[in-house]
Amino acid sequence: MIIVTVGMQLGFDRLIKAMDALAPTLGMPVIAQTGEGSYQTHNMEARAKIASAEFEALLGDARLIVSHAGIGTVLTAARCKKPIRLVPRRGDLGEHRNDHQFAAVRKLAGRPGILVAQDETGLQEQIAAALALREWTEVRSPTASQLHDALARFIEGKGL
Amino acid sequence: MQQAGMRCVANDRIRVLAVASGGGHWEQLMLLRPTLEQYDVRFATTEPAVAAQHGVSGAETLPDCNQNMPLQSALCALVAPKIVVRHRPRVILSTGAAPGFFCILAGRLIGAHTLWIDSVANGEELSMCGKLSKWFAHECWTQWEHLAGPDRPRYHGAVL
Repeated sequence: MIIVTVGMQLGFDRLIKAMDALAPTLGMPVIAQTGEGSYQTHNMEARAKIASAEFEALLGDARLIVSHAGIGTVLTAARCKKPIRLVPRRGDLGEHRNDHQFAAVRKLAGRPGILVAQDETGLQEQIAAALALREWTEVRSPTASQLHDALARFIEGKGL
Repeated sequence: MQQAGMRCVANDRIRVLAVASGGGHWEQLMLLRPTLEQYDVRFATTEPAVAAQHGVSGAETLPDCNQNMPLQSALCALVAPKIVVRHRPRVILSTGAAPGFFCILAGRLIGAHTLWIDSVANGEELSMCGKLSKWFAHECWTQWEHLAGPDRPRYHGAVL
């Protein structure tokens, strides 16, 4: 299963529409949390909001998350050890207040399990690439290792 | 044998209070959990039901608050010391937001060693509580290298 989420608030129809077009070719169920978007999907199940307990259960079965570049979803994906592919919202299209999600994807690019794109083009190839990822969950990024080590040293009262 | 002048305490005897509001702040605390669980860790959050979903039982409950909620903030400022006194942790850390900051303040009163880890969502500037923690916590860390200074905040890696 693939989960598509744009959070529970702002709609992000550009991404929902692109995923709806792609859904029949993916060979597995696709379920979307669409927020306050207005686009009606034809090929995938879509709901404005999915309660956290159900979302958590769905994540357990998911092979991939396709999402807006919201840090909350990125963190959830990391905790559940699922690969995530991000599309940033554009301020000029009214998808968010500004282009801060572009800054976010620039900073997140290259971390384990996180794939970034500038827009919805090339989704198909990138979803295939993301589904082919193997064993990346065993890899803790160098920055995460650094933080875990520093935290242990702080707790144990050792110098940093 | 304990050497003179050295505190020898087994890691699992070091009591840690780890605090985060629900949502992204909590997700970040969960990503640090493998390290935290080497110690006698206790959790506090504004959404204990979510904590339970994530397999954390017995998390303490804090009222949610922010700088725009004076009454809730006052309530939280009263509940935080109660929780801190109940557990008497040697270390208190928070990944945000305001309720975690109140626990750090309360921790200073009982001599706990306190750490603020500013949210990875704050890539442009430190949060308000992060800025206050530069003064009130023993250590204040940012998860973005470009925001770190020679003194505070320091950079020691990131959850992602």
